[in-house]
Amino acid sequence: MSEMVGKLFGWVNSRLPIANTFERHLSKHPVPSKVNFWYLFGALASVVLIIQIVSGIWLIMPYSNTEEEAFSSIEYIMRDVDYGWVIRYMHTTGASMFFAVVYLHMFRGLLYGSYQKPKELVWIFGCAIYLAMMAEGFLGYVLPYGQMSYWGAQVIISLFGAIPYIGESLELWVRGDYYISGITVSRFFALHVVALPLVLIALVFLHLVALHEVGAGNPEGVDIEEYLDDDGVPLDSVPFFPYKVLNALVGIGVFMTVFAIIMFFFPEGGGYFIEMANFEEANPLVTPEHIAPVWYYSPYYAMLRAVPDKLGGLIVMGSAVAILFVVPWLDRSKVASIRYKGIYSKIALAFFGISFLTLGYLGTVGVTEVRKTMSVICTVIYFAFFLLMPFYTKYEKTKEVPKRL
Amino acid sequence: MQEKDNTRRKVLIGLTSAVGLSGIPFAATPFIAAWNPSAKAKAAGASVKLDVSKMQYGQQIQVAWRKQPVFVIRHTKESLQSLEVTLPKLADPDSNQIDEPYKGINPTRSKNAEYTVIAGVCTHLGCSPKYHPEVEPKPWDASWAGGFFCPCHGSMFDMVGRVYKGVPAPTNLPVPPHFFKGSILTIGEDGGTA
Repeated sequence: MSEMVGKLFGWVNSRLPIANTFERHLSKHPVPSKVNFWYLFGALASVVLIIQIVSGIWLIMPYSNTEEEAFSSIEYIMRDVDYGWVIRYMHTTGASMFFAVVYLHMFRGLLYGSYQKPKELVWIFGCAIYLAMMAEGFLGYVLPYGQMSYWGAQVIISLFGAIPYIGESLELWVRGDYYISGITVSRFFALHVVALPLVLIALVFLHLVALHEVGAGNPEGVDIEEYLDDDGVPLDSVPFFPYKVLNALVGIGVFMTVFAIIMFFFPEGGGYFIEMANFEEANPLVTPEHIAPVWYYSPYYAMLRAVPDKLGGLIVMGSAVAILFVVPWLDRSKVASIRYKGIYSKIALAFFGISFLTLGYLGTVGVTEVRKTMSVICTVIYFAFFLLMPFYTKYEKTKEVPKRL
Repeated sequence: MQEKDNTRRKVLIGLTSAVGLSGIPFAATPFIAAWNPSAKAKAAGASVKLDVSKMQYGQQIQVAWRKQPVFVIRHTKESLQSLEVTLPKLADPDSNQIDEPYKGINPTRSKNAEYTVIAGVCTHLGCSPKYHPEVEPKPWDASWAGGFFCPCHGSMFDMVGRVYKGVPAPTNLPVPPHFFKGSILTIGEDGGTA
């Protein structure tokens, strides 16, 4: 029997490089032997991606993408489809958790310089994934055709109108109608379930291929390639499988517990994960009193509102995301990890973190004079963190990085 | 010999590529054009008619045209006088920055000196501004002389939809094409006499 299996495996393997790929990317792929919990979020992000794909496919089945039925089909999923509510809340919780782990994953990058040479492309593919996720999340939020779906989309599509000359016709072209109608919903549906997931999966693949080519980092910023054993394997490394995989399983277990608690007990997340206004059907004639984005977009929304000019607001918001792509060339430090960077980098990163969180809060609440001033200050800090990076990383005193991990 | 062959090859590759690339716009056309409003959407977005003679003085009504709110206001003498008061606060009192269809006909910006017809969609990010005709101090303006206030991001407009200075909305509320025939107002067509 085992001989038969062995023969079959040999037959397949001589036609498809299974053993080779398994060795190269799993059982013999060296990863740094000492990392901390910050290095878990990439694995968690891929777990959420799978959850989103599976729950998404199951939601397509009962969902209806027409103006008349979109909203009621969501209620149908919630009430009449067996376990439909679990599948829907899995998807909505998954959206928020996806952003939560990706934000932590990105912060890890800033903390330990995970974008530095030669990992620039890993970082850039990551930024592209983040951008695609933002588009994916926006399109998905429109599909239930609730009040916040409608008015959120109205605000975002109006942003196109700020582009000089072509803005208004671009708005009409994106909507395909004079308002956000069933026509808009069904094209957003096509993009949300087919086009963008393909883009996302392709980008994740590239992100991982580039990562495996240059090797994973570590919180010390030590280059483990410097000290190799006789077989050319870094001394301070362990094979990805089973060491990292089993290690990550513990983290995944904890994460899934948190996920399940939210999904079963707090699926609306107090109005931050699913906004209360979205339990009402879209009404193009009545603007809700208070329009706020879901929490994961709110820092950018606060920046948009901080600028008293439509085109200016759009440019600031766009630049806030675009500037992430060039971080590898803004950091001029000799060291990668915050542990060995100087005091300026530490202060800058702390201010950046606080301003981003504050913007996140400000984007979810109404505007007052004080809050507007705070938004302006935080927006300035956000950009200063990046734009001053070439200076404070270059001229500060850094500590010496150890040779071994 | 070798060199000559290469030149020939490069030219041929260049020409073939150019012909191939020129096909891209043609291939892309149906995919881009399919996103334009369909004939059905255009038909559904045709004009709406209403009788405005029953409106009270000072009343504002909201009409749905293309499922978007259009505000019709029947002015009082006082509200027309308020236009003078708010004039210094306006960013573009003569509507030079937008394509104003009935410019210079009436101070109400419409084809009728008693009514204003404006799109009820904020030019900032598309919320629907609220009608506040009262002349009294408001949280957003201590010397409010009546007009429209957008609850989303605090843009202010006067009684005929002209935008204030220093608010996020960049332009005046646009005037949709319309015409009056007797007491019947048609929104969405301008009766061919614009």
